[in-house]
Amino acid sequence: MAEGNKVTLHGAWPSPYYHRVKMALKVKGIAYEYVEEDLMNKSPTLLKHNPVHKKIPVLVHNGKPICESLVILEYIDETWKDGPKLLPQDPYKRAQIRFWVNFLHEQVFEALYSIIKTDGETQEKALQGLHEKLQVLEEGLKKFFPDCSKPVVSENVGMLEIVVTSILGNYKAQQDVLGLKVIDSEKTPLVFSWVAALVDLPAVKETLPPYEQYVPFLNFMRQTFLKPPTA
Amino acid sequence: MGDDKVVLLDFWPSSYGMRVRIALAEKGIKYEAREENLVDKSALLQEMNPVHKMIPVLIHNGKPISESLVIVHYIDEVWNHKSPLLPSEPYQLSQARFWADYIDKKIYSIGKRVWMGTKWEDQEVAKKELVECLKTLEGELGDKLYFGGDKFGFLDLALIPFTTWFYTYETFGSFSIENECPKLMVWATRCMQKQSVSNSLPDPHKVYDFALQLKHNC
Repeated sequence: MAEGNKVTLHGAWPSPYYHRVKMALKVKGIAYEYVEEDLMNKSPTLLKHNPVHKKIPVLVHNGKPICESLVILEYIDETWKDGPKLLPQDPYKRAQIRFWVNFLHEQVFEALYSIIKTDGETQEKALQGLHEKLQVLEEGLKKFFPDCSKPVVSENVGMLEIVVTSILGNYKAQQDVLGLKVIDSEKTPLVFSWVAALVDLPAVKETLPPYEQYVPFLNFMRQTFLKPPTA
Repeated sequence: MGDDKVVLLDFWPSSYGMRVRIALAEKGIKYEAREENLVDKSALLQEMNPVHKMIPVLIHNGKPISESLVIVHYIDEVWNHKSPLLPSEPYQLSQARFWADYIDKKIYSIGKRVWMGTKWEDQEVAKKELVECLKTLEGELGDKLYFGGDKFGFLDLALIPFTTWFYTYETFGSFSIENECPKLMVWATRCMQKQSVSNSLPDPHKVYDFALQLKHNC
């Protein structure tokens, strides 16, 4: 897989979907060119590569675009077969990871996003919803991924770890901006310790935006959502 | 594979359940089909899919797998000796997954707004969106026999079940999908000529009766 391997990634620095692909490329040691997109003014190249959704991230490999972060992750794993695997070989284990990745992607992310967009009673309800989802995750980890209670190592960063840190990895910044516990270490001790350990790994630390950059962005995003509609 | 015990927890009008039925039929896998009553879910369903308590669930030698496309991937990877469902080339596979994700994001929820919709304006908006999606998919099909090319595959399997709901959408929405997307209907007819597909899908009129009942109960 060495000759003529041109890889370009279109992304936007705060996007958790972009972080997933960035992390996967780092874990696999794949060289690529990065294009930062202005989501208010998307480039013609992006629109050409993703005419259906017009969104980032888009991975372009030798001129061919792949869209949707989870589709991109599986493509990366199947194309660059050397080095760490993002998914195990065993079909049942692969099915479990795909199931939990979907759960995180569809349900946990949605719940977290609701907390960022709301305040007052609506936010309280949204927070309760998130904690319920994390409790489901806690049970799932105990049952299907007992290894996550062991010390985390870079070699074991796979699709599940990539997706969970893309969503919950910024929990410290989120907690400081929102003034509430995103992950409650008493309600979900396994989720908490697992995520806290993962964010210290170089692959994760070097991918997620630094605290000082993310906090003002989150504040700005929250103010935008909470602004009353202009007449 | 002779000693395998395969059980499918299913619900006859579910497009997601149909996908798994087709995959099992394509592979010639013998299984026990258990029909679930979604109003009164069985203890087995709740045990096998405690997270969502939804069908389909495939139980292979006692181990459950949930989510229709996760199940289809699993079936293709385990029973890999015949009738491959997924493209083997990574780029083609990524495109099949992208479009399956598109179908999952759009068809069910927009279709539901068409047949469950009570306000005419909402229904009209939903109809327009549905036709747009189906036309996009028709564009992706192009002049190919199937979405995957010459052979029936993953993406065809992902979409064909929803065609059993077309009569329901059309009747509640007073429009014709055939008129809007003739090429897609040619593809659907071609798929239905395969036994693995026609044996797995219910009669669209029965689906309509089910939807009518459901709407009256709401």
